[in-house]
Amino acid sequence: MTVLPEVTSPPFPPPYPTRGARFAPGDTVRVRRGAAPGHMRTPWFLRGRTGRVERICGDFANPEELAYRRDGDPARAVYRVRFTMAEVWGEAAERAQDTIDAEIFEHWLEAADAP
Amino acid sequence: MSDTTEQGRRWHDMGGKDAGEIARGEHDFALWEKRVDALLHIAVAKGYFTVDGLRRALEDMGEDAFETMTYYERWIASITQNMVEAGAFTIEELNARMDEVAARGPTYGEAQGAGE
Repeated sequence: MTVLPEVTSPPFPPPYPTRGARFAPGDTVRVRRGAAPGHMRTPWFLRGRTGRVERICGDFANPEELAYRRDGDPARAVYRVRFTMAEVWGEAAERAQDTIDAEIFEHWLEAADAP
Repeated sequence: MSDTTEQGRRWHDMGGKDAGEIARGEHDFALWEKRVDALLHIAVAKGYFTVDGLRRALEDMGEDAFETMTYYERWIASITQNMVEAGAFTIEELNARMDEVAARGPTYGEAQGAGE
């Protein structure tokens, strides 16, 4: 069962520009179960986990493309997403309500109610 | 629900795995290690590659390299690979230069051209 954290987003805009982000602070999102050859920034232990967008960090070049010396365009929105320990580790969580924030690129996220 | 399969998980992506003993000792960097670090910053500043490329080559090395090479040994291998890919130098040029350095002598002081 998904256990969601509380989030209070910062009262200032993203420090880097965004051209329009698909998700907004407070949205419930799930980490895709994707994989990329070479280099990816999404940690394995968050695959399939559901959390809440804490903030939008801005648009950044896609590191999976940069890793192969391509330009990484189009830049993707990066979000800071908050997860509860209960959500990430299940029964093994030492403190279920503690949270972990991870910065995740938009293409690794889907709406939590997506099939 | 969450994905509990390990298929596709790469060796370096170890978050959540049993860490075992953590070495908490301090480590004084050798001169060559500082130079490797500086070399990355120069290469990135000159636009040859980015830290993403550094990571790609490191992660492609696999777990064996993680066990048998030191941190900066892996870095210089990755930087070298990325520089060749970026066309900064050819493998032939690299080999010729390494032979030249090796010919200076077996110690680090000699190899770096002390007394030049």
